[in-house]
Amino acid sequence: MQSLTNRSKNVVNKKMTFMERIYLPAIAKGMWTTLKHFFRKSNTVSYPQEQREFAPVYRGWHVLKRDEQGRENCTACGLCAVACPAEAITMVAEERQKGEEHLYREEKYAAVYEINMLRCIFCGLCEEACPKEAIFLTDRLVPSDYVRQNFIFGKDMLVEGITPDKRIDVTVRQKHLTEKVMS
Amino acid sequence: MTALLLFSLGLIIEKAVLIIVLFVVTLGVAAYSTYGERKIAAFFQDRLGPSNAGPWGLLQPLADGVKMFTKEDFVPNQSERWIYILAPGAFIFVALMASAVIPWGTTLTLGGLNWDLQVADLNIGILYVIGLASLSVYGIMLGGWASNNKFSLYGAIRASSQMISYELAMGLSLIAIVMLSGSLSLKTIVDQQAGMWNVVYQPLGFILFLTCALAECNRAPFDMAECETELIGGYHTEYSAMKLGMFLFAEYINMFISCTIISCLYFGGYHFPGVDPGWLGGLMGPIVLLAKAFFFIFVFMWIRWTLPRFRYDQLMHLGWKSLIPLAIVNMMLTGAGILWLGK
Repeated sequence: MQSLTNRSKNVVNKKMTFMERIYLPAIAKGMWTTLKHFFRKSNTVSYPQEQREFAPVYRGWHVLKRDEQGRENCTACGLCAVACPAEAITMVAEERQKGEEHLYREEKYAAVYEINMLRCIFCGLCEEACPKEAIFLTDRLVPSDYVRQNFIFGKDMLVEGITPDKRIDVTVRQKHLTEKVMS
Repeated sequence: MTALLLFSLGLIIEKAVLIIVLFVVTLGVAAYSTYGERKIAAFFQDRLGPSNAGPWGLLQPLADGVKMFTKEDFVPNQSERWIYILAPGAFIFVALMASAVIPWGTTLTLGGLNWDLQVADLNIGILYVIGLASLSVYGIMLGGWASNNKFSLYGAIRASSQMISYELAMGLSLIAIVMLSGSLSLKTIVDQQAGMWNVVYQPLGFILFLTCALAECNRAPFDMAECETELIGGYHTEYSAMKLGMFLFAEYINMFISCTIISCLYFGGYHFPGVDPGWLGGLMGPIVLLAKAFFFIFVFMWIRWTLPRFRYDQLMHLGWKSLIPLAIVNMMLTGAGILWLGK
């Protein structure tokens, strides 16, 4: 059969020559190779002490954004849940009552919004599907845990805070994404 | 009478001090060989190696020791209990004994008395070393057999047949050295190399001896006895805690001792051109010898992290069909040379 890559080699079981049979030249060659590696700089990143920078478009722990007045953007339309290939997102929609206008931007909101972080593949399709700019992926890592149940993140883990210091910045990733689309 | 008593008392104290120092140094070197092994392996593989325990990971052997001591000491139900317990002890005991005949330096004169930097200047020093090298197979064999485990037994059998095969070539290459020096005492052999190292006269013998030493220490590329990939540790598969620690430790001691013996036999022991072993109050000799030994430990590790393991039949082919004939040829060449040059 013809090879596709032209990189395959025919193996022949030929007898070793005398120089090959005394092994020593080959051993010396091998030891020279390892010695060169001995003086090479190591590639190790000593993890907890030094950390590698994330890519600007890193996709991690999701955030549910609020608008400038502190109202939740999410209207529980369910497009993210439909878009999610891992079926990690579930939600329960609720109608906004009188007097809740300062909490939710539109008449409908998500009373329960859960992402199963063990199912999530961090593809970012939820972010792409969202028509209300409510869900974004951030550069935060999902913390580890011992209990599976704790990986189902509810609104307490997802919605950002109201005060300016509790807001979560998503502009870096978004800027990079739009630049990529433009170019 | 009292003078004789004082003299013998002094001798006993001197030897005791020497033995204790040697014991501590050997164990220390063995402990830090594990650290060195890991560091050197890491450097050869473009890594950093242990770096978290203490500065540059220098306390790593200590941490390993604590780990070994505090782990569960497990004895398999079906094992030969007493032999199983004795084997690591026998192994490490034999490994430590070999250091007795190594001459660490010239005789010091301190306070009008002569102090020998050698525990025992046996006139059959080399024979003693070879004998202990043969004995060390007992620890492995007993441990492997008493574990009552196929893999352990496999490892032990491989180790013993390998050691027996390579001892022949080792002994034959040593005979050439003995022919050159005309003595079996290590001290005499070292002192004769003050002018010129034996390796100049015995390059082939040195390579043979180095190869056999690797095989005797069960080090790569001859680590058939414990190959992790096939025998999950070989003869010490069933061992845990400090019993395993003693096996591993004894292997590093063996390596250290073989390296000092290689330095003594082929590289002039405590002699170095331009360096008088009497400098620094006679401490220069031990320093030079240790430096040479460390260099060879490095070479052992370098070889380990370069070469893949031999297959078992290849190992036997190499031992019986190449090394032994070569050693005999080397012996005959040495004899011819001695006759010819009348040296």
